[in-house]
Amino acid sequence: MRFLLPLAAFIVLVGFLAVGLGLKPREIPSPLVGKPAPVFQSPRLHEPDQILSSKDNLGKVWLLNVWASWCVSCREEHPLLVELSKSGIVPIYGLNYKDKPELALQWLGQYGDPYTVSVVDPEGRIGIDYGVYGVPETYVIDKNGVIRHKQIGPVTIESLEKKILPLIKELQG
Amino acid sequence: MIPELGNFSLILALLLALTQGTLPIIGAARGNLSWIALARPVVQGQFVFLAIAFGCLAYSFVNNDFSVMNVARNSNSELPAQYRFAASWGSHEGSLLLWVFMLSGWSVAVSVFSRHLPDEMVARVLGVMGLISVGFILFMLVTSNPFDRLLPAAFEGSDLNPLLQDPGMVIHPPMLYMGYVGFSVAFAFAIAALISGQMDAAWARWSRPWTTVAWVFLTIGIMLGSWWAYYELGWGGWWFWDPVENASFLPWMVGTALVHSLAVTEKRGSFKSWTVLLAISAFSLSLLGTFLVRSGVLTSVHAFATDPSRGIFILGFLVIVIGSSLLLFAWRAPKVGLGGKFDLVSRESMLLANNLLLVVAAGSVLLGTLYPLIMDSLDLGKISVGPPYFEAVFVPLMTPAIFLMGLGPLARWKQASLPELVMRLRWAFCVSMATALLMPLVMGEWKPMVSFGLLLAFWVIATIFVSIRHRLQNSGQGSVFTRLARQSRSYYSMHLAHFGIAVFIIGVTLVNGYETEKDVRMEIGSTVEMGGYTFRFTGASPVTGPNYSAMRGDIEILRNGEKIRVMQPEKRTYNASGMAMTEPAIDTGFIRDLYVALGEPLENGAWVVRVYHKPFVDWIWFGCLLMAFGGMLAVSDRRYRLKINTKPIETATEEKDGGRAPSSTRLATGGKKG
Amino acid sequence: MTPDLLNTCVRKKITLMLILALMSPLSWAKEAAPVAEDPVIEKRMLALSEDLRCLVCQNESLAGSRADFANDLRREIREQLKEGKKDQEIIDFLVTRYGDFVLYNPPIKPTTYLLWIGPFAFLLIGAGILFFYLKMRRRQVEEPPLTEDQHRHAESLLKEDKGNNA
Repeated sequence: MRFLLPLAAFIVLVGFLAVGLGLKPREIPSPLVGKPAPVFQSPRLHEPDQILSSKDNLGKVWLLNVWASWCVSCREEHPLLVELSKSGIVPIYGLNYKDKPELALQWLGQYGDPYTVSVVDPEGRIGIDYGVYGVPETYVIDKNGVIRHKQIGPVTIESLEKKILPLIKELQG
Repeated sequence: MIPELGNFSLILALLLALTQGTLPIIGAARGNLSWIALARPVVQGQFVFLAIAFGCLAYSFVNNDFSVMNVARNSNSELPAQYRFAASWGSHEGSLLLWVFMLSGWSVAVSVFSRHLPDEMVARVLGVMGLISVGFILFMLVTSNPFDRLLPAAFEGSDLNPLLQDPGMVIHPPMLYMGYVGFSVAFAFAIAALISGQMDAAWARWSRPWTTVAWVFLTIGIMLGSWWAYYELGWGGWWFWDPVENASFLPWMVGTALVHSLAVTEKRGSFKSWTVLLAISAFSLSLLGTFLVRSGVLTSVHAFATDPSRGIFILGFLVIVIGSSLLLFAWRAPKVGLGGKFDLVSRESMLLANNLLLVVAAGSVLLGTLYPLIMDSLDLGKISVGPPYFEAVFVPLMTPAIFLMGLGPLARWKQASLPELVMRLRWAFCVSMATALLMPLVMGEWKPMVSFGLLLAFWVIATIFVSIRHRLQNSGQGSVFTRLARQSRSYYSMHLAHFGIAVFIIGVTLVNGYETEKDVRMEIGSTVEMGGYTFRFTGASPVTGPNYSAMRGDIEILRNGEKIRVMQPEKRTYNASGMAMTEPAIDTGFIRDLYVALGEPLENGAWVVRVYHKPFVDWIWFGCLLMAFGGMLAVSDRRYRLKINTKPIETATEEKDGGRAPSSTRLATGGKKG
Repeated sequence: MTPDLLNTCVRKKITLMLILALMSPLSWAKEAAPVAEDPVIEKRMLALSEDLRCLVCQNESLAGSRADFANDLRREIREQLKEGKKDQEIIDFLVTRYGDFVLYNPPIKPTTYLLWIGPFAFLLIGAGILFFYLKMRRRQVEEPPLTEDQHRHAESLLKEDKGNNA
């Protein structure tokens, strides 16, 4: 009997390894989901002399999309965001993360601007508050200013249809 | 054409491996002599074809054949020739080819150096190795063919990762793989013994030198990897408890346990099933390491580019190889005899206790390495397990092991006396205690952890002296030198390896305790003082390397106002990838390293410079080398070179232990003598 | 070292000695300034960031990584230290944002009990098995050549725990 123990231990190990193959070790879930979104007040990208406060968004469901002109995979999700903003389902706010305003504006000019407002975060401080560790990231924030979902990496059609849009509908409802 | 030739050779090697993995084993079971006799020629044939395949890959790399995907992705025409060659094993695909090539090398070695073994045994051993080879070649051909073409061919390759463009890359992976793969021999011997049901002292004697050689390679491989990380990563760390490092350390720990357990099995016929289990585990952990590095289940600095289909294949392979061998173990091991009797206080018990500690330490490192994965698979959240955990767990487990390491060699086989050991070792203990308490004061500051580390190290050294003295007193007549010369190499090898551990501990302890570092802004002509040395920055100038451009700093080292040398750290930018690399300059010394790395450039030719003074850091790797030399010395012992009686010697071989005719000598059948 | 280089070295040394002779010791021994404004805070920051994980890197600590993200977090830690925050407060700050994943030293909580207790449980279980194995073994192993005399000797050794040695 005891000679079967090594085999039993090995089977357990294989079980974990097999499950592990399907996991994404690089995606770290945010502990902020379900917590109030950190408040920020920051200059707008287009009108640097005007300050946007995240408190102004209380009472509506909105998306906060972290983006930068240097971010390659932002280009991947951008057409989807443009389309989403055209549909008018939900306002998208941009957080222009560690970027130069002139490059950012040029980038928006080139690829389209889906953002209701973009605010700048030149030193990544708002990013730290939100636990941003890679760009792009997208947060779904509800009427009470609580983060309900965080999308790590580019938004895809799949993640939009399966998770983000239904969630928004539910929150708006 | 050349890549196709390589591909074709690989397929032929697969066919030969299939033959090697089936016919000789069946032949041995049925007593079919011609099938048994197939083993050796088939092994050698497989080696030839794998050598051709490997040669073709190396040729494609050296000659910049960018129509081969593997070459296009991992090399560049500007890359210096030695690194183009080393790039052959720089990628996942190429390193697998190196793996099987080495496996076939080990198989050939077994086929050549096993003339004195029964043919059936050799047939089974080579058969098992053939089956492993089948798995790996198939893996390559199915998921990761190193010869896959890229059409149309790339004009230029995307370069080898600059971190790998280093002499370390040329020797570290081959050494490490020789170790990993070498454990397959011990594994194959264990499986062959399980299949045949012949697990006796002779079996242990046959597999012992192979295991030791594999262990030596693994030791050197890990040591080189650590040294490489130290001088290449640019901040002077030498061990990070990274999953991939752990993956090499696990088989090392279990392999170390195996080397010791084999000694008992050979000399005393005990622990047979335990030894077999260790032999299976050591190689299984090598395979597990392969899985962890290549499947992407863990995040590591050293991991290969990953792909889930590879992960599934290796996992399936693991299940077949490890699962079936553990099943075989569960079926056969209960029938294995227990071997010679021994007391609770005896060298056997101590070795067993040390085995336990090593295996528990290995188990803990495995637990820590896989725990993030376990938690994630159970959806319990993501955590990281890093150096603080491993240090907290590893040191307490190894402390008693080191203590036993001093005790064991002085204890008698079968039955030792505790009071006698205490009597003999009290001086060793007092001396090591006193040294441990005083030494830190010499270094300038008394620190409890330093004192503790030194206690362990000096305990090992002092017990070695006691052991040798005792041995000499009991080695008959003659001068000290003739008596010294009378001792066997295996006796010295043990002490040399243990001494290596002591040297290693001294290095780790002192560098952790007294390392100093400064991060400074150095203008031209400004100086910084550290460890009794003055570092003066005299400027940085651009230099051009074969495939990179760099800024090279000139830093003069002065001792007592006198210049002793110039150190030239570099900050490189590689042309092909645009990657920046910090190339530190190191002044290696017996009792300290001076380590200088360039940070960022500032205005007016000034630079941020990081300067380290690392006392005794080289003792870490020197200790590992001593361990490896110990292993080599053991293998060169006379008895392995003699023609060995092939009859199983059940209660064989009493080591001439401590001379004073221990009560157990009556058991010795005189099976061996030095 | 090639002879050429050696020469330049010697020449350099001579020029250097000349320069040294001309300059006062004070002017050439200008001590380089530390990069950190406050070395004490820098030391604390490094010690702290050594045990924190850089999220974007392939398993590197915040102290060891040169990634932009690690730079930002080091700056954040430095600033918070300057504000007089305690180490634990900073760790909590990071954990609320990034989760336990940033800690290389996993916190002790129900999900990590097995991790922390595991090694010592292994040791206890192993030692238990070893002990019972050795006991069982003594009963099972039969050693024909063992004389009655030795048997008694062995027995007495065991009983007394401290063996009286022959």
